Amino acid sequence: MATLQSLDIRRRSASTEAPPQIRSTIEVAKLIDVSKCIGCKACQAACLEWNDLKQEIGYFEGTYDNPTDLTPASWTVMRFTEYEHGDDLEWLIRKDGCMHCDDPGCLTACPAPGAIVQYTNGIVDFVSENCIGCGYCVKGCPFNIPRISKVDRKAYKCTLCSDRVAVGQAPACAKACPTQAIYFGSKADMIAHAENRVVDLKSRGFKNAGLYDPPGVGGTHVMYVLHHADKPSLYAGLPDDPEISPMVGLWKGVMKPISLAAIAFAGVFGFLHYITKGPNEVSEADQRKGDDLAGGKHS
Amino acid sequence: MSENNVVSRYTTAARINHWITAISLILLALSGMALFHPSLFFLTNLFGGGQMTRAIHPWIGVVLFFSFLGLFFRFFTLNLWNRDDTVWMKNLGAVINDREEGLPELGKYNAGQKLVFWGQSILILLLFASGIVLWDVYFEDYTTIDQKRLAAVVHALCAIGAILIWIVHVYAAIWIKGTLRAMTRGSVTRGWSWKHHRKWFRQEVGKP
Repeated sequence: MATLQSLDIRRRSASTEAPPQIRSTIEVAKLIDVSKCIGCKACQAACLEWNDLKQEIGYFEGTYDNPTDLTPASWTVMRFTEYEHGDDLEWLIRKDGCMHCDDPGCLTACPAPGAIVQYTNGIVDFVSENCIGCGYCVKGCPFNIPRISKVDRKAYKCTLCSDRVAVGQAPACAKACPTQAIYFGSKADMIAHAENRVVDLKSRGFKNAGLYDPPGVGGTHVMYVLHHADKPSLYAGLPDDPEISPMVGLWKGVMKPISLAAIAFAGVFGFLHYITKGPNEVSEADQRKGDDLAGGKHS
Repeated sequence: MSENNVVSRYTTAARINHWITAISLILLALSGMALFHPSLFFLTNLFGGGQMTRAIHPWIGVVLFFSFLGLFFRFFTLNLWNRDDTVWMKNLGAVINDREEGLPELGKYNAGQKLVFWGQSILILLLFASGIVLWDVYFEDYTTIDQKRLAAVVHALCAIGAILIWIVHVYAAIWIKGTLRAMTRGSVTRGWSWKHHRKWFRQEVGKP
C-alpha cells in the first residue's frame, strides 16, 4: 500500500518527525465473531480479489486450512480447530490475519523510515516502496503475521483494506461474509456490539464468552468475539496475553541510545586523551638504544 | 631512514589479510549502524539504498568472518596470556599516561592488544552465528521467531562491543606514533621496537 492522502498518520516507523495531527479521526475496528463463522472462506476469496493477489495452488495437508498458513499473497487464513471436551466436540474457526495492534510490534521493530505506518484511525499499514525486506517486522509481531515475499523480499500483511476505509467502505472480507460474522465500524461501536453478542452467548451456556481486545498491545483494531475468551489459545494458538517481546523491547528501546552514547563516549575519551596527554612518541634515547641493540649504525 | 634501519613486523600476506578485515569491518559497522538506529538510516545511501544495504551486509560479514579467521590462525599463539600481561594490565594507568619505564619488556603484543584480539575473536564468532540466524534470505526456515529475536539482541550487543574495541584499536594506533607503518609498510623503527616491544625486538635481532 502507498500512504493515503485522506488518512492521517499517527506513527511512522524509524522516524522522529511528528506527522500532521490537526484532524481528529475516530478509531475503526473490525470485529470477528468467531461464534457466527461457518468457515466458508468467502473472506479469503474477497481478500484475494480486492487486493489483486493470487495464492499459488498448494497441497492437501489433511486439514481444512487452505492455504495452511499466511503467505505474502494470503493475508487472511481460516484456521480450523477441533476442540474436544467431555462428550462435546466444538469446531472453532478463526479468521487469522493482522490484528492492527494499537502498539504495533512490527512498527517498533522496523528500521526503515516510513515502511510501516499507523493511521490515526488505528490501521497499521506496510508501505512497500519503503520496505527493505529485513524481516524485523516478523520479529516484532506478537501474532506471527507478516510474511516476506520470496519474489521481491518485501513484507506483506492485511491492510484492513485501508484503501477502502479511506473512502468510507468496509473491508472486503466484512463485505463478503455471508453470516455477518465480520463487522466493521468505529472501535467504540464494535465494543458495544461485542458486548451484546457476549450476553447472547452467555445465555446459550458459553459462560466464558468474551471480547478479545488484548491490553498487552494496547488493544487491537481487529477484535474477536470468542465463546471461550478465558482460553484464547484454543483457537489455533491465538496468544493468551500477547505483548511485544521483551527482547524486541530491549533491542529497539534502551539499547539504541545507550549504544550510540557508548560509541560517542569512546570517541570523546580518545579525543580528550590525545589533546591532554599528547602523542606517544619514540624519544631519541629510545631510538639510540634500539640502534645499539640492533648493532647497526645510528640513524 | 634507510630500509635496513627498520624491523620487519608483518609479512605482506598478513597485511593484506588485515586490510581486508579492516575494510570489511568498517563497511559492516556503517551498514549495520544504518539498520540499527533510525538517525543513522541515511548511511544506507552509501550502499545504494535500504534494500541494497540489507542484501550486502551479510555478505560483507562472510568476508569479515573468513578474513578474521585467517588473522586468528596467524596470530593466536602470539596472543596467549602470560604473567607479564597481568602486570601490564595492573599498570594500565601508567601505560595510558605514557610512563611504561618500570613495566616488563613485552613480546610482539602487549596485554591491551591481546584483549583486542580475543575480544574481537569472541565477538566476531557470535556476530557470525547470530548473523546467520538473521539472514532470512537463506536461513529463515531454520530457526523460530523467538530464536531470531534473541539473535537480533545478541547481534546488536556484540556489534556495539566490536565497534568499541575497534575504536580503542584505532585510537591506540593514532596515539602511539610509529605504529601505523606496521600496517601500511610492514615494518617499524628500531626505536619503536625498543620502546614498545623490547622482548620481541631482542628476539628479532637474535640478542635475547
